[in-house]
This record gives sequence, structure tokens and C-alpha cells, in this order.
Amino acid sequence: MSGPTQDVLIDIEDVSKRFALPQTVLNWVSGKPAPAVHALNGVSLTIHRGETMGIVGESGCGKSTLARCLVRLHECDSGRIKFEGRDIAQLRGPERRAFNRRVQMIFQDPYSSLNPRMKVRRILGEALSVHKMRPAAEIPARIFELLDLVRLSPDAADRYPHEFSGGQRQRIGIARALAVEPEVLVADELVSALDVSVQAQVVNLLLDLQERLNLTIVFVAHDLRLVRHISHRVAVMYLGKVVEVGPAQALFSAPRHPYTRALLDAAPELDPTKRNRTVAARGELPSPIDLPKGCLFSSRCPHVFERCLSERPRLGDRGPQHKSACHLPDFGSAD
Amino acid sequence: MNTPVPALEVRNLTATFGDGRLTAVNDISFAVAEGEVLGLVGESGSGKSVTLRSIMRLLPASGAVSGEILWQGEDILKMSDRQLRSVRGGQISIIFQEPSTALNPVLTVAVQIEENLKAHTELDRSGRAARARDLMDLVGIPEARRRLKEYPHQFSGGMRQRVMIAIALASNPKLLLADEPTTALDVTIQDQILKLILDLRDELSMSVVLVTHDLGVVAATCDRMAVMYAGRIVETGTVQQVFSEPNHAYTRGLLGSVPHAGTERTKLLSIEGIPPGLNEISSGCAFNPRCEFATQICGTRTPVLEQTGRGRQAACFNRDAVIASGSPVL
Repeated sequence: MSGPTQDVLIDIEDVSKRFALPQTVLNWVSGKPAPAVHALNGVSLTIHRGETMGIVGESGCGKSTLARCLVRLHECDSGRIKFEGRDIAQLRGPERRAFNRRVQMIFQDPYSSLNPRMKVRRILGEALSVHKMRPAAEIPARIFELLDLVRLSPDAADRYPHEFSGGQRQRIGIARALAVEPEVLVADELVSALDVSVQAQVVNLLLDLQERLNLTIVFVAHDLRLVRHISHRVAVMYLGKVVEVGPAQALFSAPRHPYTRALLDAAPELDPTKRNRTVAARGELPSPIDLPKGCLFSSRCPHVFERCLSERPRLGDRGPQHKSACHLPDFGSAD
Repeated sequence: MNTPVPALEVRNLTATFGDGRLTAVNDISFAVAEGEVLGLVGESGSGKSVTLRSIMRLLPASGAVSGEILWQGEDILKMSDRQLRSVRGGQISIIFQEPSTALNPVLTVAVQIEENLKAHTELDRSGRAARARDLMDLVGIPEARRRLKEYPHQFSGGMRQRVMIAIALASNPKLLLADEPTTALDVTIQDQILKLILDLRDELSMSVVLVTHDLGVVAATCDRMAVMYAGRIVETGTVQQVFSEPNHAYTRGLLGSVPHAGTERTKLLSIEGIPPGLNEISSGCAFNPRCEFATQICGTRTPVLEQTGRGRQAACFNRDAVIASGSPVL
């Protein structure tokens, strides 16, 4: 019964999020509002039950903000996020608690996301008792089950977070998230702080858990190789917008947006014979405070033309489940 | 293949800390030919950065270095301070991972570039100013004249790394040491910086030692590579050789840990356990507790780096078994 379905579990509709900056004297004198960082600029995306949705992009593209909006650590300024058809911003009381339980986040930094003064037993036990997952008498047994699930030994329960390596700490973070039997895991740069050989262990664990527990995973990362490896579908973000979304296979083998193409070309291949000395994308990310008027990628795009500078492209269909926001509908197509 | 002239030769380098109690680099030897890019690869604690800093005698006072570091026939470890000053930052330059901490926040970029020109060239004031502008052009920073007057915080991460490279190149070095120069950067910016380093290598015929944990970076930029584990070099060879036929179990595991096309949603090869800390390196082969090929001898004797082919070395007792199981990537 496991595996990706077509059943829409999370529906993100045109979500925007700004972070206000301190008012400047110049803006104040001229009566303008304070400047703001435009972290998300109308993101629309659906996440299906049972799939892994990879969200990839460079720093400042808004991928972490989106992840935080998904678990309501941020409220959206405009747009809606619907979970099973209900707007998550409208959930109150028991419904909100149920949502908080069903959608769990795992954070990037295993050093700061676990309370250093709590033993693992208490870290996991707290999650279990807050959400009343088990009667008090059954909690100790459940803690051992959880440790076993993430392949930590039972004696881990009586140790403090500092006694573990980064990879083991990330397993504790996963165990804490799984303690409340969630349906969705939102993993923000889950393995980027870890050594390569340890990354592979955690990735293997995540794939295994997804199959056993039928989880839906939102996997946010900057590492294209990792996202390609783990995702069924992938959304590529640039300056707070989804520029391309599609099945991982199609998107990585034939990207339909110039930014995705540049990202793939820039990521070094593991094959020394496939070297390429041309620079994939010139220039740098424009400021998220003053966004370009037209296409957000226009300042760096090698295919830019007049329309790109004045009109922001919308996501358009490019194939089965494959969308791209580019004024060149044929970009990257085989013919 | 032309016979390489070693520009830098490191012999039996050992670096210890805390009165010899912790060994960060354990008796390693390698050479870098003129115009060659050597990748020093390893995970955290493998000793790659300490090796790089030892070459420049940049270890903190608690560190002790022994062995020989031959730079154009002379041992850097035996040089007087005066000799060292002309080599360090002159013939050999270094760039670091985090340009925001390596640059001085209260000096303009112009001052920081010219500082190096003053120390290592005969140029007068106007000559230095002109050369600073040329260097900014060389590393691809637009509007050099205006940007020279700016401070490091006014530059983006990628531009700051370019500034560091400009400072490093100011003295026309023969060898560039780069310690994870792109680890803090986004992938499109990393791509720009790595290609810049390669272009500069071609134009200025420098040698480069690139320290990195990213095998993709090695595949894309290096000519030869040395894989380090727990303070020792466990395998060397051309990048092509090592990727297509890893001779050491650790190299093979490391290659298999990186996802690549064709492995989607399958189990990665991964290595059990974690890299050891400096105070917990096991006897025998340091990798044996994590090694799937380990046999009895691995726990008792330390394998030495042996010639296994032309320009190729590995330190593994079960090399044949590792080779027989093939490369996980090519």
C-alpha cells in the first residue's frame, strides 16, 4: 500500500511571505513602507500522500521559509496552505493539535535542536506525553521501540545529546518526530551538517522508514544529488518562487527551465571524464529586497529576451506533471 | 604523460598536538608537480586541513610538526623567519574556507591587496594601485575601481572568495593552497570559483593543492588525488584511476556514499560508524572497525602505502578484494 499516490495531501496556493526590515530614514521621509525581504513570492505546489517531494534551490531561494510555513512556524502573509482540504491557518483547538501531531519537522542542526539538559529518554518521552500517544506506563517500552526504529541502541535512552555524534543526534531528531506517529515529515537540510559517509547512513534510514511507515516526506535541501536520489517529485525554487516542478526523473534528465539547467550544469558530476570548463551561470542572486520586475532569473539567464524583463512568467505545463515558469515553452524539449 | 617535476614534496610529515598526545597527521608523504592540481580528500578529522596549514607553518603553538617539506629543494620547516616570509604569501599562497573571517573587516579591499603587493613585489604606490585593479579584473570582480574602496562586508560570499583569491595571487605564487574554498558557497557560485582557479592555473602555470570533502569537486577539478583517513594517506592516484578502480575500502565506501545518476531511491553503499576522533584511533588499520573487507591482520598491523601501479599507491591489506568488488560510480 505504500508508495506515492495522486491523492493531494497538502495544497500550497499562491503563498507569499515577507520579513520586514527596520524602517529607513529615506523611506520614512518619503512616506514609503519599511523595506522587506521577499522570502516567498506566490508559491503554488501540491504534495501527494506517500511521496517524497524534494525542494531544492540555493541559499535565499525561500526553501526553508516554505518548510517553516508548512508546519506553521511562520504564518503566510497571503495565500493558503491546505492540509486535507482545510486551511491550516484556520485550525483551532483540538484540530490544530492534531495537525501539529500529523505534520512533523526535523531540523538541520542536530546540535541546537535538542535540549542539551535532557536525556534522550525525556526528549522522546515529552513528545509522547504532550500528544498523549501512550498511557504513562507504556511510555518506557515505546521509547525503546523508537530507538530501535532509528537503529540506536537501548542504552542511548540514558545519555545526553552531547554524548552522541552528529549522525546519531540526527537519528534522535528523527525518533522524536516519529514518536507522535506523523503522516508528514518536513526535513530541512536533514543531512547537510554531516560527513559524507554518515549522510548516506541517514538517507538509507529515511528511505527505509518511509516504506515501513508510509510517510509523506518534504525533503528540503541544496544538494541536487541528494534530492535527486531521494525524491519522487522535485520543485526547484529561485528567489521565493517555484520555477520548475516535475517528476525527479524527467526534471533531472530534461530540465525545462534555464535555472534548473544551470544548477545541474554547475553541480560537479562524479565522473572525471565528464568535465566541462564553461561556467554554468554567471552573476549572482539579485537582492530579495528589490525584486526584478519581470522573470526573477532574467538577470542571469543566458536566454533572456525583451518579454522576460517586463512580465513574470507563470508555471505552465511541459509534460505529465511537469511545469516550468519560463517564457520559452520549448526550452529543454527534445525537438 | 610527461614526467612531472615536483614543485612541492612532502616527506614523512607528522603533526601532533598537546605534547605529542594527539596525532592529527601521521607520517604522510606526497608531491605536487608543476601546474598540477592535487586534491586532498577526507572527512572531518582526517587531517587534511592540518596538512595544508603545516606546509605554511601556520599551526598554532600547541602543534608540533616533523618531517620535511621541500619547496624547490629547500625544507620549509628549517627556514629562518626571514626566508619563510618571502615564501609564505609570496611563492606559496593560501585561501581559506570562510572568506568573511579570513579578511580584515576594518580595512578596504584595496589596502588588503596592496599589503601583499608591498610585501612581495618591488612595485611603487601607483604600480600597486594599477596591479590591484588588474587583479580584481583577473578574478572577475566588475567595477574594480569602485569596489577596491569597499569593505569586505559589502561583498557577497562568492565575491569575498574572489577577493581572497586576488590577494593570494598578488605575489604571482607558484603554488596555491586552497582549504575548502567553495564549501560555504552555493553551487552556481562554487562552479564559478572552481573554474576561475582552473583558468588561473592555466594562465599562471601554478600548482594547486585543493583540500575538500566533496568528491564531485575533485572529479571536476583535480588531476591527482590523495585520500586521507585518520591522519594518514590511504590511497593516491590520478582522479580517473581512483574513481574507476578504488584500491582502498575507505575510498570505495566514500564513493558509494555519494548519490549519483542511476542510484535513485536505492540504498547507498554507506560506511557504518563514524570517522574516529584523534584520541580514539584504533590499532592496526585505523579504518578496520568500519571496514566491510577487514580481516584479522587489519586489527593488528598498520598497512603501509604501497605502489600498486604507475603513480598509484594504496594502504590496504585486502586490496584485491576491494578491487574485485569494483567501483560504485563508474
